[in-house]
Amino acid sequence: MSYKIPMGPYHPALEEPYKLDLICEGETVRDAKLHIGFNFRGIEHLAETRNYIQVIALMERVCGICSNIHTLTLCQAMEKLTGQTPPPRAQYIRVIMAELERLHSHVLWAGIAAKLMGFKTMFMTCFELREKVMDVLQAISGNRVNYSMNRIGGVNRDIDDPAALLIMIDVLEKEMVRKVIPIFTTSSTARSRCADIGVLTNAKAISLGVVGPVARASGVAQDLRRAAPYAAYAEMDFQVPVESAGDVRARLMVRALEIMESCNILRQALTKLPPGELNAGEGKLAFITGTATSRVEAPRGEVMYSVSWKEGSNKPARVHVRTPTFVNMPAIRSMVQGARLADTPLIQASIDPCYSCTDR
Amino acid sequence: MNLWNKLMCYSRRRSPWLFHMNSGSCNGCDIELVASLTPRYDAEQLGVRLEGSPRHADILCVTGPVTRNAVGAIKTVYSQVCGPKAVVAIGSCPATTNVFIDSRTLDGPLDKHIPVDVYVPGCPPRPDAIVQGVARAAQILADRAANKPVVEVKAELPTEEVRQ
Repeated sequence: MSYKIPMGPYHPALEEPYKLDLICEGETVRDAKLHIGFNFRGIEHLAETRNYIQVIALMERVCGICSNIHTLTLCQAMEKLTGQTPPPRAQYIRVIMAELERLHSHVLWAGIAAKLMGFKTMFMTCFELREKVMDVLQAISGNRVNYSMNRIGGVNRDIDDPAALLIMIDVLEKEMVRKVIPIFTTSSTARSRCADIGVLTNAKAISLGVVGPVARASGVAQDLRRAAPYAAYAEMDFQVPVESAGDVRARLMVRALEIMESCNILRQALTKLPPGELNAGEGKLAFITGTATSRVEAPRGEVMYSVSWKEGSNKPARVHVRTPTFVNMPAIRSMVQGARLADTPLIQASIDPCYSCTDR
Repeated sequence: MNLWNKLMCYSRRRSPWLFHMNSGSCNGCDIELVASLTPRYDAEQLGVRLEGSPRHADILCVTGPVTRNAVGAIKTVYSQVCGPKAVVAIGSCPATTNVFIDSRTLDGPLDKHIPVDVYVPGCPPRPDAIVQGVARAAQILADRAANKPVVEVKAELPTEEVRQ
């Protein structure tokens, strides 16, 4: 006899409002239905009523966790339409901001995963560590969440003292190696809660077209920073961590290794930071008629913006956003089939969902 | 006021439990609210705890510009919080709908639907400001329980020295 358990839209295990209808038999989940749309603010429509300066501020507020990535992708698309190229220093600063954002997003996810495992101490440790990343972000941009760093043709603020930031990165990495990573990888509590649950096989991952850490944890070695380098990623030397198990533990491992790689990229970018201008110059921008797309590897996977413009207008004709959660979300269904009911909060969190990006 | 009532007022001020409700927020205020409960800002020193059910909570913290899909839920959750209760609107979104103004899928701001006691403006507000807002709401809660008139506090503008 199967019965339905509604989870959400306002549920303590969910960070954001969405609804998961679980069809269960006893303690085993047989199927799941996902309802979204509680965060629908109509941003894509609003973007058509804003000019090219306002639209950057609007798109920054698509998501509070990966705010920088959204403006970066939008600015890259708009740069294609105006024919502007950001100078090398701006490209490096964009890489630094993107990696710092990945760092704080992954640590945040680790904290939330720990909380869902019932490991509250670890949650507090992760958030304490995250504050150290926020310190670096605040030292650069002056803000904690919406950094407003990107503009068409460059960045808004300079990094005055890369050497001081290098010290902060070293402290951060040391804490990661000493505290967070060993606990997640060796602790029997963490292992027993994550291993062999929410398995997404390689074949299933490819057929669902998942992106980002979810794909890399199922053995799909894809990363836009490597496959289609943007900003200054072509000049960086880094590894793309891939795991083959496809369970929650593999996703955790991929993110833990990505944290280390982010520290590595940050160190390279801060050391090699070239001198020069921050943006391609002032003055009125002339947009050409057409559609430009831009793709960026956000902490959760690939983000794509497609921006259409009509010549002579100062407002976009259409801004289309495709977020990583949009493609990762259907994978929850195949992950929870056959899982225990008590594991579902952790499984749904393991894709690091961001419904405010997806609903917009 | 007898001793028991005094004790109740003190407890309400010293252990406010929060229910966090996301009414279409971008996650910015939500992570800042969580950050304000963690070791750096440590709202738990005020006895604050994040609760999973509105029925256990005293203070309702609402983030987001109130989407049409969330209106019904906001009213339901507000009615489920046991009295006396206080509402904190976190961020500029519930106060004014912020950058999403004129959107057809919004039905904000928040005070159209439920009474708001404390506004914490900012996009997003810093955790320090959130802690201050919650502390203010806890005081309102205690005053309300004692049937005292709630004193309205006007925002203090920073002096020139602070700004520099």
